Amino acid sequence: MRATSEEVIALSGGAAVLVAAGCAALGAVYWLAGLDEVIRFHGALFLVASIGAGLYVMSHPRPGGAGEQKGYMDGPVKFATIAAVVWGVVGFLVGVIIAWQLAFPALNFDLPWTNFGRLRPLHTSAVIFAFGGNVLIATSLYVVQRTCRARLAGYWAPWFVVYGYQIFIVLAATGYLLGSTQSKEYAEPEWYVDLWLTAVWVCYLLVFLGTIWKRKEPHIYVANWFYLAFIVTIALLHIVNNLAVPASLLGSKSYSLFAGVQDAMTQWWYGHNAVGFFLTAGFLGIMYYFIPKRVERPVYSYRLSIIHFWSLIFLYIWAGPHHLHYTALPDWAQTLGMTFSIMLWMPSWGGMINGLMTLSGAWDRLRTDPVVRLLVVSVAFYGMSTFEGPLMSIKAVNSLSHYTDWTIGHVHSGALGWVGMVSFGAIYCLVPWLWKRQGLYSLRLVEWHFWIATIGIVLYITSMWVSGIMQGLMWRAYDHLGFLTYSFVETVEAMHWPYIIRATGGTMFLAGSLLMAWNVWKTVRGDAPVDIKDQPRVAAAPELRGAPLASPAE
Amino acid sequence: MSGHKEIDAVTGAETTGHVWDGDLKELNKPLPRWWLYVLYASIVWSIGYWVLYPTWPLVSTYTHGMLGYSQRIEVARDIAAGKESQAKFVAAIAAKPIADIEKDPDLMEFVLRGGAAQFSNNCAPCHGRGAQGFKGYPNLNDDDWLWGGTVETIERTLRYGVRSGHPDTHDSAMPRFGVDQVLTSAQISDAADFVRSLSGAKADPAAIERGKGIFAEQCAACHGADAKGNQEMGAPNLADAIWLYGGEKSDVVETIRTGRAGIGVMPAWEGKLDPVTIKMLTIYVHSLGGGK
Repeated sequence: MRATSEEVIALSGGAAVLVAAGCAALGAVYWLAGLDEVIRFHGALFLVASIGAGLYVMSHPRPGGAGEQKGYMDGPVKFATIAAVVWGVVGFLVGVIIAWQLAFPALNFDLPWTNFGRLRPLHTSAVIFAFGGNVLIATSLYVVQRTCRARLAGYWAPWFVVYGYQIFIVLAATGYLLGSTQSKEYAEPEWYVDLWLTAVWVCYLLVFLGTIWKRKEPHIYVANWFYLAFIVTIALLHIVNNLAVPASLLGSKSYSLFAGVQDAMTQWWYGHNAVGFFLTAGFLGIMYYFIPKRVERPVYSYRLSIIHFWSLIFLYIWAGPHHLHYTALPDWAQTLGMTFSIMLWMPSWGGMINGLMTLSGAWDRLRTDPVVRLLVVSVAFYGMSTFEGPLMSIKAVNSLSHYTDWTIGHVHSGALGWVGMVSFGAIYCLVPWLWKRQGLYSLRLVEWHFWIATIGIVLYITSMWVSGIMQGLMWRAYDHLGFLTYSFVETVEAMHWPYIIRATGGTMFLAGSLLMAWNVWKTVRGDAPVDIKDQPRVAAAPELRGAPLASPAE
Repeated sequence: MSGHKEIDAVTGAETTGHVWDGDLKELNKPLPRWWLYVLYASIVWSIGYWVLYPTWPLVSTYTHGMLGYSQRIEVARDIAAGKESQAKFVAAIAAKPIADIEKDPDLMEFVLRGGAAQFSNNCAPCHGRGAQGFKGYPNLNDDDWLWGGTVETIERTLRYGVRSGHPDTHDSAMPRFGVDQVLTSAQISDAADFVRSLSGAKADPAAIERGKGIFAEQCAACHGADAKGNQEMGAPNLADAIWLYGGEKSDVVETIRTGRAGIGVMPAWEGKLDPVTIKMLTIYVHSLGGGK
């Protein structure tokens, strides 16, 4: 490895400090001159965060020399992994709170900060972007290095990505609690938070592309196609859907560039592809690395991976209008949204087949390794929800399911079952690998996590099916004289028990994630694994797999 | 580390020869046939759907499809069909006086069913799904009426509401005897004891006696010398053990002290609901059990 020149080192350190100083100045301006409380608070927060980053850069000068660029760069990966665990617990907790609020509205406490309207976007953003996003950033930066045999591009840039992303999360979350929103689902943060995320995301793209550029493998591994598709498309979606005009450059409020049905269509083009490219493509990238790695088997079919990748990418982007069936959206757009959703069924299932069939010859791992079970059950949930999605996009089905809890159940079978479980599996793989441990602190705790979470998900999904279908049927029930059989109030009353069951399921899912946080903490701390004999060879960090296993403390 | 294709021992399939990160390989298996055929089928089905239904945007229009389907036309047709099926009932309700409607069993079935549906959507949030009422919101099943329980008075209340802001609305305000220091706390307590004693509540006889005098002086003008109320003024009957704001001593004291003035508001439904619907609701509410 050629040593980086003195000039480049000075330049990169200088640039990092300059960026931090610039951000600090910007923060100071908004803190002192901001027109509303929210932006002044955010200015102060940004100022503190930037000063912290600047001090860190100045107190950690680049060592230079040949050693600096040796090996993989795992600091940012570790940072994002821990962040994912922390935000996961927070996001699930807020979800559990609002689930109980729906069953018992008194839990809103009549406070502006704790009412459902503010906590709901906090929950969705925390689980999708804070938890899911950090899992994606951590795994993608881990995987791209290993499968390219190249260290991450940039020295401070990967740190900027993971640190800047946490700042985005804190700005978004505190904004929601203070009532700042642009009222677009999953895109609630206001214009200045969006701009900051754009800067972070473009840097992420550059780091990822730069690493692929530096690769020492002739071929680009399939996981990286999915990660790249995710990063590029999210950049595009984020920028277009958030095009807005700030009411003032010093205030937090902005107005969307779109209006009426165009606004709705842009929003759901964004919203659906956030599912498609953030929650599907990105997590398929995770699946394509961690399943074959953990079960030590080749990916089932290279050809299937190519065909399902390109068909998924091509078809997903059209499916958004199915969120707007029977609205002011023109018929033709609804038709396209529906038919492209149907055609999307097999491309989605291609990933499921490739994930599940990779276990050919290693099915016994399902019995012996709960981490494999998490990964495989996640793929099963993926298959189920990607069948349910096209089904619900059919207009006749949608006329029953739309606006009901069925949609909520569908989202959560994908979010808890697929995204959650595959993330847990990846985190359980990653932590011993990153911190160079012989294995997880406890595989038995993973077993507990698996069962608690799975039962929780089943309670969640089934109660929402019952509640959603009941709700839809009650709304459309007419008597022989043409009068509605049920009033809206009655449908709300009828959902009370399903809501309690749902909240119970969610509470179990949260409990499972606390077990994970504990297990990760003990593993990171370096406590001796309690059941190392039961752990597969691949549980250990790659460097340690040849070495004789440490005997457990008895 | 790419290079040699090899045969995977477990499946007997050939790998692509690419290797990443030490051991990541891919089998060069063909696409599962069933997968491919279902993909083709979904594409063929979609193309068929595009031929039949509105699909592709053109410069200033779009392909309309062979079926001539339009959601707007469909919903307009459904609404027209719904109206058509109810038309003869609606016309009869509009034309006939309420007394005649109540004599026609077929029409009454329609009126009561429709009244119930409208009641649950418009009235139940305040009066309850069973019209049982809540504190501050009258029970409509009993025969205790604030503004009258005949069909005429019920219809009037429905049309113009109570303290609704409509020019013809019912309006009443009980004085704030305590807040405005018309009566002392002791006097209010005595008056409450007297009023509660009318429906059998026990209290110190001396207090009741003092309360009786206060009542005659301060309350009887509206509530009547016998405390049976006055529906012209919306003054409730105080002798029937039915309480709008609760019948505990503390509730009654609070009512006398503050007058509960301006708390109870019922919207004027005229203009919000059509006359036939208001008529159906009138008959429905009248039928609930307490209609005079």
